[in-house]
Amino acid sequence: MAFYRPASWQKPLSLLLLCAALALPSALAAFGQEFYIGFATRVLIFALAASSLNLVLGFGGMVSLGHAAFLGAGAYAAAICQQAGINEALLAFPAAMGIAGLFALVVGAISLRTRGVYFIMITLAFAQMAYYLFISARSWGGDDGLPLNGRMTLAGFSLADDAALFYAAAGLLALAMLFFGRLAEARFGRTLQAIRENETRMEALGYPVFRYRLVAFALGGAVAGLAGALLANLTGLASPNLLQWTQSGTLLVMVIIGGVGYLYGGVVGAAVLLLLEESLVGVTEHWHIILGLLLLAVVLFAPKGVAALFGKRRG
Amino acid sequence: MFQLILEQALNGLQFGLMLFLLAAGLTLVFGIMDCINLAHGSLYMVGAYFVAAATQAADSFWIGLAVGVAGAAILGLLLELALFRRLYQRDHLSQVLATFALILIANETVRAIWGPAALMLNPPEALAGPVEIGDFFYPAYRLLIIAFGIAIAGLLYLLVAKSRVGMWVRAGAANREMTEALGINVRGLFTAVFVFGAALCALAGGLLGPLLAVQVGMGESVLILAFVVIIIGGIGSIRGALVGSLIVGTVDTLGRALLPTLLRATLPADAASTLGPALASILIYLLMAGILFFKPQGLFPARA
Repeated sequence: MAFYRPASWQKPLSLLLLCAALALPSALAAFGQEFYIGFATRVLIFALAASSLNLVLGFGGMVSLGHAAFLGAGAYAAAICQQAGINEALLAFPAAMGIAGLFALVVGAISLRTRGVYFIMITLAFAQMAYYLFISARSWGGDDGLPLNGRMTLAGFSLADDAALFYAAAGLLALAMLFFGRLAEARFGRTLQAIRENETRMEALGYPVFRYRLVAFALGGAVAGLAGALLANLTGLASPNLLQWTQSGTLLVMVIIGGVGYLYGGVVGAAVLLLLEESLVGVTEHWHIILGLLLLAVVLFAPKGVAALFGKRRG
Repeated sequence: MFQLILEQALNGLQFGLMLFLLAAGLTLVFGIMDCINLAHGSLYMVGAYFVAAATQAADSFWIGLAVGVAGAAILGLLLELALFRRLYQRDHLSQVLATFALILIANETVRAIWGPAALMLNPPEALAGPVEIGDFFYPAYRLLIIAFGIAIAGLLYLLVAKSRVGMWVRAGAANREMTEALGINVRGLFTAVFVFGAALCALAGGLLGPLLAVQVGMGESVLILAFVVIIIGGIGSIRGALVGSLIVGTVDTLGRALLPTLLRATLPADAASTLGPALASILIYLLMAGILFFKPQGLFPARA
């Protein structure tokens, strides 16, 4: 793979998409399709989660099959904050990010000692541990999960309205993408990508390879935690199902379909997968078969993902 | 207390041997072809369904088992020729995506054909009752599974360690290019190993069928366990898979049976009732993380 460089049309397109997003709730309301505001919010949240995995996987070259653990940790952190009486997202969201990031720091510090397949499996193992811990934690709802008493407030504004939550998710996603874009071009991002390309060489040049990777892993975990906190607000529940390994698999699938290592890979992938799901559900009860066949087609015929069909990178 | 421990140890042995049937195929596919097959658990599920359906049709468990295993082997052959061949040369990410897609397809196809409810599979009638050893009772069917598992493990050991094909397999796991350069038909070998792995999956699924429910999603939980086994044992090593299976089977079974009791004896009842089940279900993952921390290549690395 080559280093990330934004295409010239990326900035105008991003701004255009942002404007479209701002207009979406009123447009949907005008057509009487308010139901889809919730769906669009879901897409944004999963775009955020998939983008955080893209930082780890695409830019850091670490194939983590346990990313859903950080999503779940964020969701639970938000729900627990609310239980403790903190109903302000400006406090609860950073707390969720902190908890998930700290968790990722610990998992990464142990997992990054291994390489390749072993790394995939040890991240999976940690996610499974977290899953079983939450399932058996009765004070946090066990199997049923921890429900929220309504949505939080953001800087005093209630997120109870679907459009309000949509705007919050859109704003946070835009901030995160801005951050990831700058990061990918900054010295940190360059070093991270160079480590992905040739670890031995970077080690020989004296870069602290382990530390760079660990920071990226923890950062990815923290942003996934933010997505989890948003998701808990959307669904009104921090569920242990969020931590299931199939959820980690779904996030991976999103990044791979979207395009590994392309800034918008996670966003494109989340949108494509969720839109596919939503439209296939209406066609047949057994839509998983069609989805599976489509995924196989992507692997066999578009191995670099959808974003790669459009984007260019310097060789 | 002693009887409980003995019974649970036998259960652990039985579970470990069945895990070995799954892990053996997985570790070979993984070790030789460097291919992550998340759909290995789906072969186990489909195999169990084949056995259950064939048993119902033939009204005999043994005929059903044979037909089901043969069916899964044929399915494995078709999958290898149509899909996996194209995946061996690809990176791990593509393999994860493709086999994840296979899981979706397999689960939904099974649900479409057999419905969402679990299928019942009865053990052969002669083995339905318990066996009495002194004043210790143990289900005859479980004993049979243990015997079956030991026999297959022994057979597999002879096949891999003593036969010419086994030598090729081990050579392929240690150094694929060199094996090819020596004129071994690695492609054919891959197909054979994959089909064999699929048959072992179906065998495990069919044998465990009467003990567990045959249902959609049964493959996923067992897949994770099989992965834990081969990581602990070292990828590509049959011996590692055997040791890993027995460790995981025993630790998991004994942990679930004894940990809550042990904790209740040492901790306040309140803490014990929360901690017990949690600790029991994460025990093997803790074990795996611990082993990887000290031996990042597993206990018996194939590429030493």
